Amino acid sequence: MTILVLILLLPFLSFVVSGIWGRSHLKNLSGSIGTTSIFAAFIISCQTAYQYFFIDGMIAGKYVAQFPVNFHWLQFTPDLSINIGMMIDPISVMMLLVVTFISLMVHIYSLGYMKGEERYATYYSFLSLFTFSMLGLVVATNIFQTYIFWELVGVSSFLLIGFYYNKPSAVAASKKAFIVTRFADLGFLAGILILSYYSGSLDFKEIISRYTDLSSPHLQSAITASFMGASALTWGLVLVFVGGAGKSAMFPLHVWLPDAMEGPTPVSALIHAATMVVAGVFLVARLFPIFAISCPAALHLVAVVGIFSSAFAALIACTQTDIKRVLAYSTMSQIGFMMFALGVSKYGSESGLGYMASMFHLFTHAIFKALLFLCAGSVIHFVHSNEMKDMGGLNKLMPITHLAFLLGCLAIAGIPPFAGFFSKEEILTAAFEHDKLIYYVAIITAGLTSFYMFRLFFSIFYSKKSFSEKINHHSEGTFTMLLPQIILAIGSILAGFIPFGNYISSDGWVLENHIDWNFSILPISLSSIGILIAGFFFYKKSDRPENISLQLGALYSLVKNKLYIDEVYEFVTKKLIFRFIARPAAWIDRNLIDGSINTIGKATQVFSLTTSLWQSGKVQAYSIWFLVGTLGVLLMSLHFLQII
Amino acid sequence: MNNVPLIHILFVSTALFFIGVYGFFTRRNLITMLMSVELILNSVNINFVAFNKYLHPENHDGLFFSFFIIAIAAAEAAVAIAIIINLYRSHRSIDVEDANELKL
Repeated sequence: MTILVLILLLPFLSFVVSGIWGRSHLKNLSGSIGTTSIFAAFIISCQTAYQYFFIDGMIAGKYVAQFPVNFHWLQFTPDLSINIGMMIDPISVMMLLVVTFISLMVHIYSLGYMKGEERYATYYSFLSLFTFSMLGLVVATNIFQTYIFWELVGVSSFLLIGFYYNKPSAVAASKKAFIVTRFADLGFLAGILILSYYSGSLDFKEIISRYTDLSSPHLQSAITASFMGASALTWGLVLVFVGGAGKSAMFPLHVWLPDAMEGPTPVSALIHAATMVVAGVFLVARLFPIFAISCPAALHLVAVVGIFSSAFAALIACTQTDIKRVLAYSTMSQIGFMMFALGVSKYGSESGLGYMASMFHLFTHAIFKALLFLCAGSVIHFVHSNEMKDMGGLNKLMPITHLAFLLGCLAIAGIPPFAGFFSKEEILTAAFEHDKLIYYVAIITAGLTSFYMFRLFFSIFYSKKSFSEKINHHSEGTFTMLLPQIILAIGSILAGFIPFGNYISSDGWVLENHIDWNFSILPISLSSIGILIAGFFFYKKSDRPENISLQLGALYSLVKNKLYIDEVYEFVTKKLIFRFIARPAAWIDRNLIDGSINTIGKATQVFSLTTSLWQSGKVQAYSIWFLVGTLGVLLMSLHFLQII
Repeated sequence: MNNVPLIHILFVSTALFFIGVYGFFTRRNLITMLMSVELILNSVNINFVAFNKYLHPENHDGLFFSFFIIAIAAAEAAVAIAIIINLYRSHRSIDVEDANELKL
């Protein structure tokens, strides 16, 4: 056992301690307990990253996976066992850093944001549970371990979205999130079963090596077995991707993400922006060699779903008025970027650029999206509303938040030298090299991104001359709320300069980062145009936005209502599934299944009541039965012995 | 002695047995039922002794069995009478019809 186990154990202990004793004894301490434990986990993660990337991770110029902890948990057959362990490789180390860092920021921020909340201790125990599950997910050695922690992540997300459980919309949102992701997880489970059935193993290392070796019998059997026109391998990978798409809110399983904004804002920052929603990207990245080498068709599906979700979400984000929902759709859009970056990538050095770009974007996005959410949290805390129309002119009142939000917006819009520029540039380069259509959709989406982000920015901080006087008296937030914003803002400036290709690439070999400024002119100018358009409409309060939305008419309301996807779901579930599947099933359950069981029960009851009458309590009656029985047995034995 | 045939003795014991059975079934008084059981046991005793005497006079197994049965019958009578006394104390009756609590 190494010190690495502490990364997982500390948040878990914090969860247990504040979960059990939080409400009774540690009401105010649980915040500090959670923050301290996650801080320690963060320090250990940093040390791990240093150790891995700079000291012992690289063998002969190539990063190889290490297994510091690995033990057999369930042994099914001599070949097939479920292991629990920790796998240290470039992407898991990066995810350890991201998760612990963002989680630390959110823990610190929540000290101020959730202060005075009645279920403060519960909140921190849930946060710790979430951090524990996410860390367990990223270090999993085994696809089944991933699945276990995947579900734990889903549960903690459910708990945190429904944190304000006396608010009906929050309860509905938490149920929606849970059911939609659970539905997707069904696909994931089926995918796991298919992949492990043909590979005969659940370990990532084994699965990958067996499925990427073209001569292996496992790969051959998985390719030759086919179902409905696709091979078993394709089915397995697509189903695993369905699970990932559910968690990562890819179209059409994205419906839960905007509603999930009902949770406390720091939670949205942690779960629905920076860490949990990238679990799907992480999963695809984890199995990337199989996708890229053995099943390009499935990878192409990833690319198509990614780019479509990205453009779709960006379009919707332009029309939303709830600031957290705008951020939610922008998250979906950015995750779409990561997905299609994986989708256009190939395995191996230079052509694996998309993989590196995707991970890079995951890294920078986590930082600036957490920043944006924390700033939005401060704004909501300040004006007590989520709606854009209640805001405006806050730049004087909240100078630090204003600056931090601006940096976050610049980063997400891809303006150099902020973090998002570098990662998005790599993604666009990768897309340009592999698929022109995706590239053009992507740069338009990038332009839209900067438009809706600056629409948000101008609507919150400018747009009105001055803000109404009644809330002027309180400050923009406590020190614990400002500190994470400052740290993350600095991160958003600096994170792009990390030579990411030195650490993470599709095959473990070092990849050169390169920024081609000629190539960058088009995306940067599109982003700048987006900012200018946003400024034109939203810098000062005017009726320009309304005019344009009136002119667009039906198109505008179509997009504003999120293309009626929710209504489609409602129709499908309520009108079709409930009426034609659930009700008949319920009828069969109540009348046929329950009916037959009840009939058997009743028959048994009648039978036993009848026979119980024989037990009269009269000794002589019993002895007569006994005598009759004895004589009967006697006669029968005489008969069978053929005496009479 | 030898001129009494075995069949006569068996006839007596069978009659005794069924008198006991009849008494056991018809009498409601527990003491009388106990006496009927003694009759049944004694009919069996007679059978043992008679078969021993007529079929295997060189052995004494039947006699030993009779002794055992007599001993057991004595013990059984002691236990049964103790039960009857306790029943009388709780129910104020030794009628078997009154002791019918052991049912559903």
